[in-house]
Amino acid sequence: MLEKAFVGGRKYWIWMGCLLVFMGAGFLSWLYQFQEGLGVTGMSRDISWGVYIANFTFLVGVAAAAVMVVIPYYIHHYKAFGRITILAEFLGVSAVLMCLLFILVDLGNPVRALNVALHPTPRSILFWDMIVLNGYLFLNIFIGWNVLMAERKGSPPPGWLKPVIYLSIPWAISIHTVTAFLYAGLPGRHFWLTAIMAARFLSSAFAAGPAMLIIFCLIVRKTTRFDPGREQIRTLSGIVTYAMILNVFFFLLECFTAFYSTIPGHMHTIQYLFAGLHGHTGLVPWMWTSAFFWVVSLILLIVPAARRADDVLAVACVSVFIGCWIDKGVGLVIGGFIPNPLEHITEYVATLPEVLITLGVWATGFFVMSALYKVAITVKEETGA
Amino acid sequence: MGVNRRKFLKIAGVSALGAAASPATEALAITPTEWLDKQLEGFSIPEFLLHFFHKPAGSQPAEALTATRWAMAVNVRMLDEEIVEACIEACHKIHNVPHIKNPKREIKWLWHDEYEHVFPGQENEYIDENLQKLPFLVLCNHCFNPPCCRVCPTKATFKRKSDGVVMMDMHRCIGCRFCMAACPFGARSFNWVDPRKYIKEEEQNPEYPTRTKGVVEKCQFCAERLAKGQMPACVEVAQEICKRKGKEPALVFGDLDDPNSEVRQVLRSHYSIRRKPELGTQPNVYYIV
Amino acid sequence: MYDGGKILAGIIIGVILLTFPIWWTHGSAPPRPEVKLPEKEKKCVEEGAYMKRKHMQLLDLWRDSVVRTAKRSYVSYDGRRYDMSLQNTCMSTNCHAKKTEFCDRCHNYTGVVPYCWDCHIPPKEEPQEKAEEMH
Repeated sequence: MLEKAFVGGRKYWIWMGCLLVFMGAGFLSWLYQFQEGLGVTGMSRDISWGVYIANFTFLVGVAAAAVMVVIPYYIHHYKAFGRITILAEFLGVSAVLMCLLFILVDLGNPVRALNVALHPTPRSILFWDMIVLNGYLFLNIFIGWNVLMAERKGSPPPGWLKPVIYLSIPWAISIHTVTAFLYAGLPGRHFWLTAIMAARFLSSAFAAGPAMLIIFCLIVRKTTRFDPGREQIRTLSGIVTYAMILNVFFFLLECFTAFYSTIPGHMHTIQYLFAGLHGHTGLVPWMWTSAFFWVVSLILLIVPAARRADDVLAVACVSVFIGCWIDKGVGLVIGGFIPNPLEHITEYVATLPEVLITLGVWATGFFVMSALYKVAITVKEETGA
Repeated sequence: MGVNRRKFLKIAGVSALGAAASPATEALAITPTEWLDKQLEGFSIPEFLLHFFHKPAGSQPAEALTATRWAMAVNVRMLDEEIVEACIEACHKIHNVPHIKNPKREIKWLWHDEYEHVFPGQENEYIDENLQKLPFLVLCNHCFNPPCCRVCPTKATFKRKSDGVVMMDMHRCIGCRFCMAACPFGARSFNWVDPRKYIKEEEQNPEYPTRTKGVVEKCQFCAERLAKGQMPACVEVAQEICKRKGKEPALVFGDLDDPNSEVRQVLRSHYSIRRKPELGTQPNVYYIV
Repeated sequence: MYDGGKILAGIIIGVILLTFPIWWTHGSAPPRPEVKLPEKEKKCVEEGAYMKRKHMQLLDLWRDSVVRTAKRSYVSYDGRRYDMSLQNTCMSTNCHAKKTEFCDRCHNYTGVVPYCWDCHIPPKEEPQEKAEEMH
């Protein structure tokens, strides 16, 4: 079936070509980083995780969001979603692949990456993260490929696939819970040391992931002969709406605890992000941009007439994506390091090599996703779906 | 009939073993986990398997200083600029710590900061001015319950079972920097660039390695000096200068588990505080204020 | 044979490329490396043959023993005691103090580039011997 990814029209090849250019630039930048050390990035002794881990955190959420299509279809027998489960699963595959790549490019000694497997440390959450992420990648490729093969043959998927699919549901929740646990168990970082971290992660994942899926479905409808379906997109948009409401609500809960208790440790990071702290205001424009997009997305999603119009829905989904990306990536990861354990403030700005590598990894993800989508859509077009 | 007899013999045998086991373990006075640990000679199972076909490892040198819980007490009122600079200089020199001017890339094992930054949870606007301006020496606290060791995915940083020192295995570190995020005290530095570019060749200590880019490093309580029977460099330097100035020693080092050690004596007779004790990491560096 | 000409041509080119190292060097090999053994010390921490094959495994064992279990005193096969240290024991002035005359000779010949010396500081050598390292 993979041969279908090698057959395409002009637009397909131009798109893949552009992605390859970004992948090449990213790879060359990574070689430069490998040679010179991570000093070519904007990270510092105080901000030891930057845009790589920020993107990793955001993308784990997107990967988990495939479960928002799988649960209604396989558990609640919502037949309509049968049309798009494969698209959700392949989005999950690409997202998890990007996560693993982001971790690899962030390592100081990537040649020693196998040490995590050679010296298993069950007490380290990073160990479990490696297991669940790789497992999820394998699960989704396995499930997606088999479901697609069955569809191509015109028969229902094999019976032994059902338990594997059922396994993928808690597994999807686990990848994001484990990633949240990376942050939520660290005693020294007050911005992250909150029980609601995992809940916040899941809610923003289930907002941003399906939002991206909606955008891709709309693009698929425009560029191919396969229509994911009006009802499917409508249900997905409902999911995005509720998840987004929860996401914003959870954030406001954090703000209440911080500012009603007035405990400095709780307040400082939020103050830095939205108002600046001791004259340092580097991230303030970013965070208010994120807030703006959140408000826009909430309005466009909650108003039924807006949500039902595909063009407006697309704008809403893009707003969800931008708002959640900034909040989770920039706000959460960078903000957690400010102020540092000795209450000093160092700010962070990504450098050019860092940005190029980041774009290279995103391009790789999109490349894989485009190839997989090409296969899936061609099969659906052939079987007359 | 045969089955019954066989069954009886099996049960009798197991019971006899069980009856013998209890006094046997009492005689050995060792639990199964302790026994396993002894067989593994302090290594973990994967490490032991990696070295399986080789001779047993070494032993502790006779001249080594031993303890089960190394700790340091900083007598803050004895500190001054000269002592602080000398300690930092000594530590960084013998461990080939690079001197990087850019504060974003700097590497520091031992440094100093002011009271409000070292003890942010103990804010005190009207504190004694001398204390406010004092250069507090800051280093890895070698916590008894270190979060950095809990999060390391490869056990590249670990609490040594024999003496409680939180060590770095530079050969295993993959540079994920999770330990840096976990440390509540900001004690760890990462080699963002090749450190050798920032060490003058004539100032290198040939008896100690440098590090490469891509690994995390921090104070290790001069484990290599303790093995030779010497005090950590900062402690030795501080004690020398304090002796010369006729002061009580500014840095005291010893075994917290030994009630007669220097550090226990000084903690018994002075009030001391630790950094962020509410986090439960149980730091082993005490500050006598 | 379908496309026989192309296949045959491909096979011939492949064989030429595969046997390149043999015919390029006219069937002769570069001279075996000669390592300069230390003058004063005649016995190592283990027997010579063992060290030749397994010095890296021994160093790994030493590293884990020193760093992870604080045990750095080693008793050699002939009963002598050593401190388990690459820089201070193996490369001490009485032993393999000249990296270029010992370690590098075999490593360069076999094309092995161990990264030990990215961290461990080899003892300083005189400039004229350093020039040999450039080869």
